[in-house]
Amino acid sequence: MIARAQANAVPGATRARRSLYLQYLVEPFFYLSPAIVLIGAVMMVPLIVGISYSFQSIALLNPFDTGWVGLQNYAELWSDRKFWIALENTFFWTFWSILFQFLLGLGLALLLNTDFFGKKLFQALVFLPWAVPTFLSALTWAWLFNPVIGPLPHWMAALGILSEPYNILGDPQLAMWGPIAANIWFGVPFFAITLLAALQSIPGELYEAAEIDGATAWQSFTKITLPFLAPMIAITVMLRTIWIANFADLIYVMTGGGPANSTQILSTYIFTTAFRKLDFGYASTIAVALLVILLLYAIVLLWLRKKLVRI
Amino acid sequence: MTATVSRRNTVLTIGKYAALAFYLGFALFPLYWLLKIAVTPDTLIFSEGTRLVPSAFTFGNFMTVVFQTDFLAYFWNSLIVSFGTAFFTTLIAAGAGYAFSRFSFAGKRLIIAVMLITQMFPLLMIIAPIYKIVAGLGLLNSLTSLIIVYTAFNIPFATFLMQSFFDAIPKDLEEAAMMDGCSRFQALRKVVFPLTLPGLGATLGFVFTAAWSELLFALMLISKNDAMTFPVGLLTFVSKFSVDWGQMMAAGVLALIPSCLFFLFIQRYLVQGLTSGAVKG
Repeated sequence: MIARAQANAVPGATRARRSLYLQYLVEPFFYLSPAIVLIGAVMMVPLIVGISYSFQSIALLNPFDTGWVGLQNYAELWSDRKFWIALENTFFWTFWSILFQFLLGLGLALLLNTDFFGKKLFQALVFLPWAVPTFLSALTWAWLFNPVIGPLPHWMAALGILSEPYNILGDPQLAMWGPIAANIWFGVPFFAITLLAALQSIPGELYEAAEIDGATAWQSFTKITLPFLAPMIAITVMLRTIWIANFADLIYVMTGGGPANSTQILSTYIFTTAFRKLDFGYASTIAVALLVILLLYAIVLLWLRKKLVRI
Repeated sequence: MTATVSRRNTVLTIGKYAALAFYLGFALFPLYWLLKIAVTPDTLIFSEGTRLVPSAFTFGNFMTVVFQTDFLAYFWNSLIVSFGTAFFTTLIAAGAGYAFSRFSFAGKRLIIAVMLITQMFPLLMIIAPIYKIVAGLGLLNSLTSLIIVYTAFNIPFATFLMQSFFDAIPKDLEEAAMMDGCSRFQALRKVVFPLTLPGLGATLGFVFTAAWSELLFALMLISKNDAMTFPVGLLTFVSKFSVDWGQMMAAGVLALIPSCLFFLFIQRYLVQGLTSGAVKG
Protein backbone atom coordinates (compact mmCIF):
# COMPACT_ATOMS: atom_id res chain seq x y z
CA MET A 1 0.00 0.00 0.00
CA ILE A 2 2.65 2.45 1.06
CA ALA A 3 4.77 1.57 -1.93
CA ARG A 4 1.96 2.41 -4.31
CA ALA A 5 1.13 5.72 -2.61
CA GLN A 6 4.72 6.83 -2.79
CA ALA A 7 5.08 5.73 -6.39
CA ASN A 8 2.25 8.09 -7.34
CA ALA A 9 4.07 11.09 -5.92
CA VAL A 10 6.09 12.37 -8.85
CA PRO A 11 9.47 13.77 -7.69
CA GLY A 12 11.98 11.23 -6.51
CA ALA A 13 9.44 8.49 -7.07
CA THR A 14 11.83 6.08 -8.69
CA ARG A 15 14.33 6.45 -5.93
CA ALA A 16 11.74 5.86 -3.25
CA ARG A 17 10.47 2.83 -5.08
CA ARG A 18 13.92 1.43 -5.45
CA SER A 19 14.77 1.86 -1.78
CA LEU A 20 11.46 0.30 -0.75
CA TYR A 21 12.07 -2.46 -3.20
CA LEU A 22 15.46 -3.01 -1.64
CA GLN A 23 14.04 -2.88 1.83
CA TYR A 24 11.13 -5.25 1.38
CA LEU A 25 12.24 -7.64 -1.31
CA VAL A 26 15.99 -7.87 -1.14
CA GLU A 27 16.97 -7.13 2.44
CA PRO A 28 15.25 -10.12 4.10
CA PHE A 29 16.99 -12.39 1.63
CA PHE A 30 20.30 -10.85 2.61
CA TYR A 31 19.74 -12.29 6.09
CA LEU A 32 18.14 -15.49 4.86
CA SER A 33 20.33 -16.54 1.97
CA PRO A 34 22.98 -18.55 3.89
CA ALA A 35 20.22 -20.61 5.52
CA ILE A 36 18.41 -21.14 2.22
CA VAL A 37 21.59 -22.10 0.36
CA LEU A 38 22.67 -24.60 3.00
CA ILE A 39 19.26 -26.22 3.44
CA GLY A 40 18.88 -26.40 -0.32
CA ALA A 41 22.31 -27.89 -0.94
CA VAL A 42 22.51 -30.26 2.02
CA MET A 43 18.90 -31.30 2.47
CA MET A 44 16.61 -30.59 -0.46
CA VAL A 45 18.95 -31.59 -3.31
CA PRO A 46 19.96 -34.88 -1.62
CA LEU A 47 16.27 -35.54 -0.94
CA ILE A 48 15.50 -35.39 -4.66
CA VAL A 49 18.66 -37.34 -5.52
CA GLY A 50 17.63 -39.92 -2.90
CA ILE A 51 14.22 -40.36 -4.49
CA SER A 52 15.91 -40.86 -7.85
CA TYR A 53 18.19 -43.51 -6.29
CA SER A 54 15.17 -45.63 -5.50
CA PHE A 55 14.71 -46.18 -9.25
CA GLN A 56 18.35 -47.15 -9.75
CA SER A 57 20.66 -49.96 -8.88
CA ILE A 58 23.46 -48.38 -6.85
CA ALA A 59 25.44 -50.78 -4.70
CA LEU A 60 29.00 -49.76 -3.92
CA LEU A 61 30.00 -53.39 -3.55
CA ASN A 62 28.72 -54.04 -7.04
CA PRO A 63 30.00 -51.07 -9.07
CA PHE A 64 29.47 -52.55 -12.55
CA ASP A 65 25.82 -53.14 -12.00
CA THR A 66 24.66 -49.53 -11.75
CA GLY A 67 21.91 -48.00 -13.82
CA TRP A 68 18.21 -47.25 -14.01
CA VAL A 69 16.05 -50.22 -13.16
CA GLY A 70 12.59 -48.67 -13.08
CA LEU A 71 10.36 -50.12 -10.40
CA GLN A 72 12.46 -53.21 -9.76
CA ASN A 73 13.49 -52.03 -6.26
CA TYR A 74 9.86 -51.48 -5.36
CA ALA A 75 8.88 -54.94 -6.59
CA GLU A 76 11.66 -56.36 -4.45
CA LEU A 77 10.45 -54.33 -1.47
CA TRP A 78 6.90 -55.63 -1.88
CA SER A 79 8.07 -59.23 -1.59
CA ASP A 80 10.69 -58.50 1.10
CA ARG A 81 9.55 -60.18 4.32
CA LYS A 82 12.06 -58.14 6.35
CA PHE A 83 10.36 -54.95 5.18
CA TRP A 84 6.95 -56.04 6.46
CA ILE A 85 8.43 -57.20 9.77
CA ALA A 86 10.19 -53.83 10.08
CA LEU A 87 6.92 -52.02 9.34
CA GLU A 88 5.12 -53.93 12.06
CA ASN A 89 7.99 -53.31 14.49
CA THR A 90 7.88 -49.59 13.68
CA PHE A 91 4.27 -49.42 14.85
CA PHE A 92 5.04 -51.44 17.98
CA TRP A 93 8.09 -49.32 18.85
CA THR A 94 6.37 -46.00 18.20
CA PHE A 95 3.13 -46.85 19.98
CA TRP A 96 4.59 -48.14 23.25
CA SER A 97 7.32 -45.49 23.37
CA ILE A 98 4.83 -42.68 22.90
CA LEU A 99 2.30 -44.10 25.32
CA PHE A 100 4.74 -44.43 28.23
CA GLN A 101 6.57 -41.18 27.44
CA PHE A 102 3.25 -39.37 27.46
CA LEU A 103 1.84 -40.92 30.65
CA LEU A 104 5.06 -40.50 32.63
CA GLY A 105 5.63 -37.05 31.13
CA LEU A 106 2.14 -35.94 32.15
CA GLY A 107 2.68 -37.23 35.68
CA LEU A 108 5.98 -35.38 35.95
CA ALA A 109 4.47 -32.17 34.57
CA LEU A 110 1.62 -32.33 37.12
CA LEU A 111 4.14 -32.84 39.93
CA LEU A 112 6.30 -29.95 38.74
CA ASN A 113 3.23 -27.75 38.63
CA THR A 114 2.90 -28.02 42.43
CA ASP A 115 5.18 -26.58 45.08
CA PHE A 116 7.63 -28.63 47.10
CA PHE A 117 10.98 -28.31 48.78
CA GLY A 118 13.98 -28.36 46.43
CA LYS A 119 11.91 -28.03 43.28
CA LYS A 120 14.56 -26.25 41.18
CA LEU A 121 17.19 -28.91 41.83
CA PHE A 122 14.66 -31.71 41.32
CA GLN A 123 13.65 -30.26 37.97
CA ALA A 124 17.25 -29.98 36.79
CA LEU A 125 17.98 -33.58 37.81
CA VAL A 126 14.90 -35.22 36.27
CA PHE A 127 15.44 -33.35 33.01
CA LEU A 128 19.03 -34.55 32.83
CA PRO A 129 18.34 -37.66 30.67
CA TRP A 130 17.28 -35.33 27.88
CA ALA A 131 20.83 -33.93 27.76
CA VAL A 132 22.54 -37.31 27.70
CA PRO A 133 23.84 -38.00 24.17
CA THR A 134 21.62 -40.63 22.54
CA PHE A 135 24.44 -43.07 21.79
CA LEU A 136 25.35 -42.97 25.47
CA SER A 137 21.75 -43.54 26.61
CA ALA A 138 21.68 -46.53 24.29
CA LEU A 139 24.96 -47.96 25.60
CA THR A 140 24.02 -47.32 29.22
CA TRP A 141 20.72 -49.16 28.88
CA ALA A 142 22.32 -51.98 26.92
CA TRP A 143 24.75 -52.37 29.83
CA LEU A 144 21.94 -52.22 32.40
CA PHE A 145 20.23 -55.12 30.63
CA ASN A 146 23.46 -57.13 30.51
CA PRO A 147 23.41 -59.70 33.33
CA VAL A 148 27.20 -59.59 33.63
CA ILE A 149 27.37 -55.99 34.81
CA GLY A 150 23.79 -54.69 34.91
CA PRO A 151 21.31 -55.14 37.77
CA LEU A 152 18.09 -55.21 35.73
CA PRO A 153 18.05 -58.91 34.74
CA HIS A 154 18.69 -59.93 38.36
CA TRP A 155 15.93 -57.67 39.62
CA MET A 156 13.50 -58.91 37.00
CA ALA A 157 14.34 -62.50 37.87
CA ALA A 158 13.81 -61.77 41.55
CA LEU A 159 10.41 -60.26 40.77
CA GLY A 160 9.49 -63.30 38.73
CA ILE A 161 9.30 -61.44 35.40
CA LEU A 162 12.16 -63.52 34.01
CA SER A 163 12.71 -67.19 34.80
CA GLU A 164 16.46 -66.60 35.18
CA PRO A 165 18.64 -63.51 34.80
CA TYR A 166 19.44 -63.38 31.09
CA ASN A 167 19.83 -60.52 28.59
CA ILE A 168 16.43 -59.63 27.14
CA LEU A 169 18.18 -57.89 24.24
CA GLY A 170 19.07 -61.36 22.96
CA ASP A 171 15.53 -62.70 23.21
CA PRO A 172 13.50 -62.11 20.02
CA GLN A 173 10.27 -62.09 22.05
CA LEU A 174 11.36 -59.33 24.43
CA ALA A 175 14.26 -57.53 22.74
CA MET A 176 12.18 -54.54 21.57
CA TRP A 177 11.40 -53.60 25.18
CA GLY A 178 15.08 -52.75 25.74
CA PRO A 179 15.24 -49.85 23.28
CA ILE A 180 11.71 -48.84 24.29
CA ALA A 181 12.85 -48.55 27.93
CA ALA A 182 15.80 -46.40 26.85
CA ASN A 183 13.51 -44.29 24.70
CA ILE A 184 11.05 -43.74 27.55
CA TRP A 185 13.89 -42.70 29.84
CA PHE A 186 15.22 -40.29 27.23
CA GLY A 187 11.84 -38.87 26.13
CA VAL A 188 9.93 -38.26 29.38
CA PRO A 189 11.61 -34.87 30.00
CA PHE A 190 10.55 -33.61 26.59
CA PHE A 191 6.88 -34.41 27.24
CA ALA A 192 7.10 -33.05 30.79
CA ILE A 193 8.58 -29.75 29.62
CA THR A 194 6.02 -29.26 26.86
CA LEU A 195 3.05 -30.19 29.05
CA LEU A 196 4.37 -28.11 31.96
CA ALA A 197 4.40 -25.02 29.73
CA ALA A 198 0.78 -25.75 28.81
CA LEU A 199 -0.22 -26.40 32.44
CA GLN A 200 1.21 -23.07 33.54
CA SER A 201 -0.96 -21.26 31.03
CA ILE A 202 -4.20 -22.52 32.64
CA PRO A 203 -5.70 -19.61 34.63
CA GLY A 204 -5.62 -20.32 38.38
CA GLU A 205 -9.07 -18.77 38.98
CA LEU A 206 -10.66 -21.76 37.31
CA TYR A 207 -9.34 -24.06 40.03
CA GLU A 208 -10.37 -21.62 42.76
CA ALA A 209 -13.88 -21.42 41.34
CA ALA A 210 -14.07 -25.20 41.11
CA GLU A 211 -12.91 -25.54 44.71
CA ILE A 212 -15.55 -23.07 45.91
CA ASP A 213 -18.18 -25.09 44.06
CA GLY A 214 -17.00 -28.17 45.95
CA ALA A 215 -15.22 -30.03 43.14
CA THR A 216 -12.88 -32.85 44.11
CA ALA A 217 -9.29 -32.90 42.90
CA TRP A 218 -10.15 -35.63 40.42
CA GLN A 219 -13.08 -33.59 39.08
CA SER A 220 -10.98 -30.48 38.52
CA PHE A 221 -8.35 -32.64 36.81
CA THR A 222 -10.79 -34.20 34.35
CA LYS A 223 -13.01 -31.13 33.90
CA ILE A 224 -10.40 -28.35 33.78
CA THR A 225 -6.86 -29.65 33.34
CA LEU A 226 -7.41 -32.28 30.66
CA PRO A 227 -9.66 -30.19 28.38
CA PHE A 228 -7.19 -27.30 28.58
CA LEU A 229 -4.24 -29.57 27.84
CA ALA A 230 -5.97 -31.48 25.04
CA PRO A 231 -4.79 -29.38 22.07
CA MET A 232 -1.19 -29.32 23.32
CA ILE A 233 -1.29 -33.06 23.99
CA ALA A 234 -2.64 -33.73 20.53
CA ILE A 235 -0.01 -31.62 18.76
CA THR A 236 2.89 -32.93 20.83
CA VAL A 237 1.87 -36.58 20.47
CA MET A 238 1.37 -36.22 16.73
CA LEU A 239 4.70 -34.53 16.06
CA ARG A 240 6.54 -36.80 18.44
CA THR A 241 5.11 -39.86 16.68
CA ILE A 242 6.86 -38.84 13.48
CA TRP A 243 10.08 -38.12 15.31
CA ILE A 244 10.12 -41.47 17.12
CA ALA A 245 9.22 -43.45 14.01
CA ASN A 246 12.32 -41.91 12.39
CA PHE A 247 14.53 -42.39 15.43
CA ALA A 248 17.08 -45.10 14.69
CA ASP A 249 20.04 -44.38 17.02
CA LEU A 250 18.87 -46.24 20.12
CA ILE A 251 17.91 -49.44 18.33
CA TYR A 252 20.97 -49.42 16.10
CA VAL A 253 23.34 -49.12 19.06
CA MET A 254 21.48 -51.48 21.41
CA THR A 255 20.60 -54.37 19.13
CA GLY A 256 21.55 -53.43 15.56
CA GLY A 257 18.07 -54.60 14.54
CA GLY A 258 18.58 -58.13 15.83
CA PRO A 259 18.14 -60.77 17.06
CA ALA A 260 16.60 -62.18 13.89
CA ASN A 261 15.25 -58.75 12.87
CA SER A 262 12.99 -58.69 15.92
CA THR A 263 13.94 -55.07 16.65
CA GLN A 264 14.41 -53.90 13.08
CA ILE A 265 12.29 -50.79 12.39
CA LEU A 266 12.13 -49.05 9.03
CA SER A 267 14.68 -46.36 9.86
CA THR A 268 17.25 -48.85 11.18
CA TYR A 269 16.60 -51.02 8.14
CA ILE A 270 17.43 -48.01 5.94
CA PHE A 271 20.62 -47.38 7.87
CA THR A 272 21.86 -50.98 7.94
CA THR A 273 21.12 -51.38 4.23
CA ALA A 274 23.04 -48.21 3.40
CA PHE A 275 25.85 -48.53 5.93
CA ARG A 276 26.54 -52.26 6.17
CA LYS A 277 25.47 -53.49 2.73
CA LEU A 278 26.26 -50.21 0.94
CA ASP A 279 23.20 -50.84 -1.20
CA PHE A 280 22.11 -47.23 -1.74
CA GLY A 281 19.40 -48.00 -4.27
CA TYR A 282 17.48 -50.33 -2.01
CA ALA A 283 18.07 -48.18 1.09
CA SER A 284 16.51 -45.24 -0.75
CA THR A 285 13.55 -47.39 -1.75
CA ILE A 286 12.83 -48.24 1.89
CA ALA A 287 13.27 -44.56 2.71
CA VAL A 288 10.72 -43.52 0.10
CA ALA A 289 8.29 -46.09 1.52
CA LEU A 290 8.79 -44.64 5.01
CA LEU A 291 8.31 -41.12 3.64
CA VAL A 292 5.03 -42.14 1.98
CA ILE A 293 3.77 -43.69 5.21
CA LEU A 294 4.67 -40.53 7.15
CA LEU A 295 2.97 -38.38 4.49
CA LEU A 296 -0.22 -40.43 4.76
CA TYR A 297 -0.03 -40.05 8.53
CA ALA A 298 0.43 -36.28 8.18
CA ILE A 299 -2.57 -36.02 5.85
CA VAL A 300 -4.74 -37.90 8.34
CA LEU A 301 -3.47 -35.55 11.04
CA LEU A 302 -4.29 -32.41 9.09
CA TRP A 303 -7.75 -33.77 8.37
CA LEU A 304 -8.26 -34.62 12.04
CA ARG A 305 -7.05 -31.18 13.09
CA LYS A 306 -9.53 -29.54 10.78
CA LYS A 307 -12.32 -31.57 12.37
CA LEU A 308 -11.13 -30.82 15.90
CA VAL A 309 -10.64 -27.11 15.34
CA ARG A 310 -14.16 -26.66 13.97
CA ILE A 311 -15.56 -27.97 17.26
CA MET B 1 -14.60 -35.01 59.32
CA THR B 2 -11.46 -32.95 59.73
CA ALA B 3 -9.61 -36.08 60.82
CA THR B 4 -10.44 -37.90 57.57
CA VAL B 5 -9.51 -34.84 55.51
CA SER B 6 -6.16 -34.49 57.22
CA ARG B 7 -5.50 -38.21 56.89
CA ARG B 8 -6.33 -37.94 53.19
CA ASN B 9 -3.89 -35.07 52.94
CA THR B 10 -1.15 -37.09 54.62
CA VAL B 11 -1.74 -39.94 52.22
CA LEU B 12 -1.62 -37.52 49.29
CA THR B 13 1.59 -35.94 50.54
CA ILE B 14 3.24 -39.31 51.01
CA GLY B 15 2.07 -40.34 47.56
CA LYS B 16 3.47 -37.17 46.08
CA TYR B 17 6.88 -37.63 47.64
CA ALA B 18 6.90 -41.28 46.60
CA ALA B 19 6.22 -40.16 43.02
CA LEU B 20 8.99 -37.56 43.24
CA ALA B 21 11.39 -40.23 44.49
CA PHE B 22 10.35 -42.57 41.68
CA TYR B 23 11.05 -39.97 38.99
CA LEU B 24 14.35 -39.01 40.56
CA GLY B 25 15.45 -42.65 40.78
CA PHE B 26 14.32 -43.42 37.26
CA ALA B 27 16.18 -40.41 35.84
CA LEU B 28 19.40 -40.82 37.78
CA PHE B 29 19.86 -44.56 38.33
CA PRO B 30 21.23 -45.41 34.85
CA LEU B 31 23.74 -42.57 35.08
CA TYR B 32 24.68 -43.60 38.59
CA TRP B 33 25.32 -47.14 37.39
CA LEU B 34 27.51 -45.86 34.55
CA LEU B 35 29.57 -43.88 37.04
CA LYS B 36 29.65 -46.76 39.51
CA ILE B 37 31.10 -49.29 37.07
CA ALA B 38 33.56 -46.67 35.84
CA VAL B 39 35.06 -46.24 39.31
CA THR B 40 34.91 -49.92 40.32
CA PRO B 41 38.25 -51.76 40.10
CA ASP B 42 38.24 -54.44 37.39
CA THR B 43 38.64 -57.27 39.87
CA LEU B 44 35.44 -56.33 41.70
CA ILE B 45 33.14 -55.81 38.70
CA PHE B 46 32.04 -59.44 38.46
CA SER B 47 32.19 -60.45 42.10
CA GLU B 48 30.10 -57.47 43.22
CA GLY B 49 27.61 -57.66 40.34
CA THR B 50 24.54 -55.88 41.65
CA ARG B 51 25.92 -54.23 44.78
CA LEU B 52 24.75 -50.64 44.82
CA VAL B 53 27.98 -49.20 46.23
CA PRO B 54 31.34 -50.74 45.32
CA SER B 55 33.62 -51.64 48.23
CA ALA B 56 36.62 -49.93 46.60
CA PHE B 57 37.10 -46.99 44.26
CA THR B 58 39.65 -46.37 41.55
CA PHE B 59 40.34 -43.74 38.94
CA GLY B 60 42.50 -46.18 37.04
CA ASN B 61 39.91 -46.66 34.30
CA PHE B 62 39.84 -42.93 33.60
CA MET B 63 43.63 -42.79 33.55
CA THR B 64 43.82 -45.66 31.05
CA VAL B 65 41.14 -44.15 28.84
CA VAL B 66 42.72 -40.70 28.78
CA PHE B 67 46.37 -41.67 28.44
CA GLN B 68 46.48 -45.05 26.72
CA THR B 69 43.65 -44.91 24.19
CA ASP B 70 42.68 -42.53 21.38
CA PHE B 71 39.75 -41.11 23.29
CA LEU B 72 41.42 -37.79 23.91
CA ALA B 73 41.76 -37.36 20.13
CA TYR B 74 38.10 -38.37 19.60
CA PHE B 75 37.10 -35.94 22.31
CA TRP B 76 39.03 -33.17 20.60
CA ASN B 77 37.49 -34.00 17.19
CA SER B 78 34.03 -33.93 18.69
CA LEU B 79 34.73 -30.60 20.35
CA ILE B 80 35.85 -29.10 17.02
CA VAL B 81 32.80 -30.45 15.21
CA SER B 82 30.33 -29.44 17.91
CA PHE B 83 31.71 -25.95 18.44
CA GLY B 84 32.07 -25.39 14.70
CA THR B 85 28.51 -26.51 14.11
CA ALA B 86 27.16 -24.49 17.01
CA PHE B 87 28.97 -21.34 15.89
CA PHE B 88 27.97 -21.44 12.20
CA THR B 89 24.43 -22.60 12.92
CA THR B 90 23.83 -19.85 15.44
CA LEU B 91 25.25 -17.19 13.11
CA ILE B 92 23.18 -18.31 10.11
CA ALA B 93 20.04 -19.01 12.14
CA ALA B 94 20.26 -15.60 13.79
CA GLY B 95 20.13 -14.00 10.34
CA ALA B 96 17.23 -16.16 9.21
CA GLY B 97 15.35 -15.75 12.49
CA TYR B 98 15.78 -11.97 12.25
CA ALA B 99 14.38 -11.97 8.72
CA PHE B 100 11.35 -14.02 9.83
CA SER B 101 10.77 -11.84 12.85
CA ARG B 102 11.13 -8.39 11.29
CA PHE B 103 10.13 -8.60 7.63
CA SER B 104 7.10 -9.74 5.73
CA PHE B 105 8.09 -10.63 2.21
CA ALA B 106 7.13 -12.72 -0.79
CA GLY B 107 7.88 -16.39 -0.28
CA LYS B 108 8.08 -16.22 3.53
CA ARG B 109 5.36 -18.80 4.07
CA LEU B 110 6.94 -21.10 1.51
CA ILE B 111 10.35 -20.93 3.16
CA ILE B 112 8.87 -21.57 6.61
CA ALA B 113 6.93 -24.53 5.20
CA VAL B 114 10.08 -26.00 3.65
CA MET B 115 11.93 -25.60 6.95
CA LEU B 116 9.12 -27.38 8.79
CA ILE B 117 9.16 -30.19 6.26
CA THR B 118 12.90 -30.71 6.77
CA GLN B 119 12.06 -31.44 10.42
CA MET B 120 9.55 -34.09 9.42
CA PHE B 121 11.13 -36.28 6.83
CA PRO B 122 13.45 -39.09 7.88
CA LEU B 123 16.95 -37.62 7.76
CA LEU B 124 18.28 -41.12 7.11
CA MET B 125 16.62 -40.82 3.75
CA ILE B 126 19.43 -38.57 2.55
CA ILE B 127 22.29 -40.51 4.09
CA ALA B 128 23.12 -42.32 0.82
CA PRO B 129 23.05 -39.21 -1.43
CA ILE B 130 25.07 -37.25 1.12
CA TYR B 131 27.67 -40.00 1.25
CA LYS B 132 27.92 -39.95 -2.54
CA ILE B 133 28.17 -36.15 -2.72
CA VAL B 134 30.73 -35.92 0.09
CA ALA B 135 32.76 -38.75 -1.47
CA GLY B 136 32.59 -36.99 -4.84
CA LEU B 137 33.99 -33.82 -3.26
CA GLY B 138 36.77 -35.83 -1.66
CA LEU B 139 35.64 -34.81 1.82
CA LEU B 140 35.14 -38.24 3.38
CA ASN B 141 36.92 -38.58 6.73
CA SER B 142 37.09 -34.83 7.19
CA LEU B 143 35.59 -32.90 10.06
CA THR B 144 34.63 -30.09 7.65
CA SER B 145 32.03 -32.28 5.94
CA LEU B 146 30.50 -33.14 9.31
CA ILE B 147 30.32 -29.47 10.30
CA ILE B 148 28.61 -28.51 7.03
CA VAL B 149 26.09 -31.36 7.22
CA TYR B 150 25.26 -30.81 10.91
CA THR B 151 24.95 -27.06 10.39
CA ALA B 152 22.36 -27.57 7.67
CA PHE B 153 20.44 -30.10 9.79
CA ASN B 154 20.24 -27.80 12.78
CA ILE B 155 19.42 -24.54 10.99
CA PRO B 156 15.62 -24.96 10.82
CA PHE B 157 15.21 -25.63 14.54
CA ALA B 158 17.73 -22.95 15.51
CA THR B 159 15.99 -20.47 13.22
CA PHE B 160 12.61 -20.95 14.89
CA LEU B 161 14.28 -20.66 18.26
CA MET B 162 16.08 -17.43 17.31
CA GLN B 163 12.87 -16.06 15.80
CA SER B 164 11.11 -16.53 19.13
CA PHE B 165 13.91 -14.59 20.86
CA PHE B 166 13.75 -11.75 18.30
CA ASP B 167 9.97 -11.64 18.57
CA ALA B 168 10.37 -10.93 22.27
CA ILE B 169 12.38 -7.75 21.58
CA PRO B 170 10.11 -4.77 20.92
CA LYS B 171 10.39 -3.39 17.40
CA ASP B 172 10.21 0.18 18.73
CA LEU B 173 13.77 -0.08 20.02
CA GLU B 174 15.35 -0.47 16.61
CA GLU B 175 12.88 1.92 15.05
CA ALA B 176 13.97 4.55 17.56
CA ALA B 177 17.61 3.88 16.72
CA MET B 178 16.84 4.11 13.02
CA MET B 179 15.01 7.42 13.58
CA ASP B 180 18.17 8.68 15.21
CA GLY B 181 20.10 7.93 12.04
CA CYS B 182 21.29 4.37 12.41
CA SER B 183 21.05 2.13 9.38
CA ARG B 184 19.12 -1.09 9.96
CA PHE B 185 22.34 -3.02 10.15
CA GLN B 186 23.77 -0.62 12.74
CA ALA B 187 20.56 -0.86 14.74
CA LEU B 188 20.86 -4.63 14.57
CA ARG B 189 24.44 -4.57 15.74
CA LYS B 190 24.15 -1.93 18.46
CA VAL B 191 20.64 -2.40 19.81
CA VAL B 192 19.29 -5.83 18.97
CA PHE B 193 22.46 -7.89 19.22
CA PRO B 194 23.23 -7.10 22.88
CA LEU B 195 19.63 -7.90 23.81
CA THR B 196 19.68 -11.29 22.08
CA LEU B 197 22.90 -12.46 23.73
CA PRO B 198 21.06 -14.85 26.07
CA GLY B 199 19.10 -16.19 23.09
CA LEU B 200 22.28 -16.67 21.09
CA GLY B 201 23.78 -18.50 24.05
CA ALA B 202 20.79 -20.81 24.36
CA THR B 203 20.81 -21.60 20.64
CA LEU B 204 24.53 -22.28 20.81
CA GLY B 205 23.91 -24.71 23.66
CA PHE B 206 21.07 -26.57 21.96
CA VAL B 207 23.01 -27.00 18.74
CA PHE B 208 26.14 -28.05 20.60
CA THR B 209 24.32 -30.84 22.43
CA ALA B 210 22.67 -31.99 19.20
CA ALA B 211 25.97 -32.10 17.31
CA TRP B 212 27.76 -33.75 20.22
CA SER B 213 25.40 -36.72 20.21
CA GLU B 214 24.96 -37.27 16.46
CA LEU B 215 26.06 -40.79 15.55
CA LEU B 216 24.69 -42.24 12.33
CA PHE B 217 25.94 -39.65 9.83
CA ALA B 218 29.33 -39.60 11.53
CA LEU B 219 29.51 -43.40 11.24
CA MET B 220 28.76 -43.15 7.55
CA LEU B 221 31.13 -40.30 6.71
CA ILE B 222 34.07 -41.10 9.00
CA SER B 223 35.96 -44.36 8.89
CA LYS B 224 39.55 -43.31 9.61
CA ASN B 225 40.61 -43.51 13.22
CA ASP B 226 42.15 -40.05 13.40
CA ALA B 227 39.00 -38.26 12.25
CA MET B 228 36.54 -40.14 14.46
CA THR B 229 34.18 -38.21 16.68
CA PHE B 230 33.51 -39.40 20.20
CA PRO B 231 30.33 -41.41 19.45
CA VAL B 232 31.99 -43.21 16.54
CA GLY B 233 35.14 -43.86 18.55
CA LEU B 234 33.22 -45.16 21.54
CA LEU B 235 31.10 -47.48 19.41
CA THR B 236 34.20 -48.83 17.66
CA PHE B 237 35.85 -49.35 21.03
CA VAL B 238 32.77 -51.17 22.36
CA SER B 239 32.65 -53.54 19.41
CA LYS B 240 36.40 -54.23 19.63
CA PHE B 241 37.02 -54.49 23.38
CA SER B 242 33.60 -55.46 24.66
CA VAL B 243 34.94 -56.85 27.92
CA ASP B 244 36.77 -53.79 29.20
CA TRP B 245 33.66 -52.70 31.07
CA GLY B 246 35.38 -50.22 33.36
CA GLN B 247 37.13 -48.47 30.50
CA MET B 248 34.03 -48.33 28.30
CA MET B 249 32.03 -46.74 31.10
CA ALA B 250 34.83 -44.35 31.97
CA ALA B 251 34.79 -43.22 28.33
CA GLY B 252 31.01 -42.89 28.59
CA VAL B 253 31.32 -40.67 31.64
CA LEU B 254 33.79 -38.48 29.74
CA ALA B 255 31.29 -38.13 26.87
CA LEU B 256 28.71 -37.00 29.40
CA ILE B 257 30.74 -34.08 30.76
CA PRO B 258 30.32 -31.49 27.95
CA SER B 259 26.62 -32.33 27.56
CA CYS B 260 26.03 -31.84 31.26
CA LEU B 261 27.90 -28.54 31.31
CA PHE B 262 25.87 -27.21 28.42
CA PHE B 263 22.70 -28.61 29.94
CA LEU B 264 23.26 -26.62 33.13
CA PHE B 265 23.76 -23.58 30.95
CA ILE B 266 20.67 -23.95 28.74
CA GLN B 267 18.37 -25.39 31.38
CA ARG B 268 16.63 -22.04 31.85
CA TYR B 269 15.72 -21.92 28.17
CA LEU B 270 14.44 -25.48 27.90
CA VAL B 271 10.78 -24.56 27.90
CA GLN B 272 11.15 -21.87 25.27
CA GLY B 273 13.47 -24.00 23.16
CA LEU B 274 11.47 -27.16 23.10
CA THR B 275 8.11 -25.51 22.66
CA SER B 276 9.17 -23.11 19.93
CA GLY B 277 10.75 -25.86 17.89
CA ALA B 278 8.12 -28.33 19.08
CA VAL B 279 9.49 -30.90 16.68
CA LYS B 280 12.96 -31.74 17.74
CA GLY B 281 14.14 -33.39 20.89
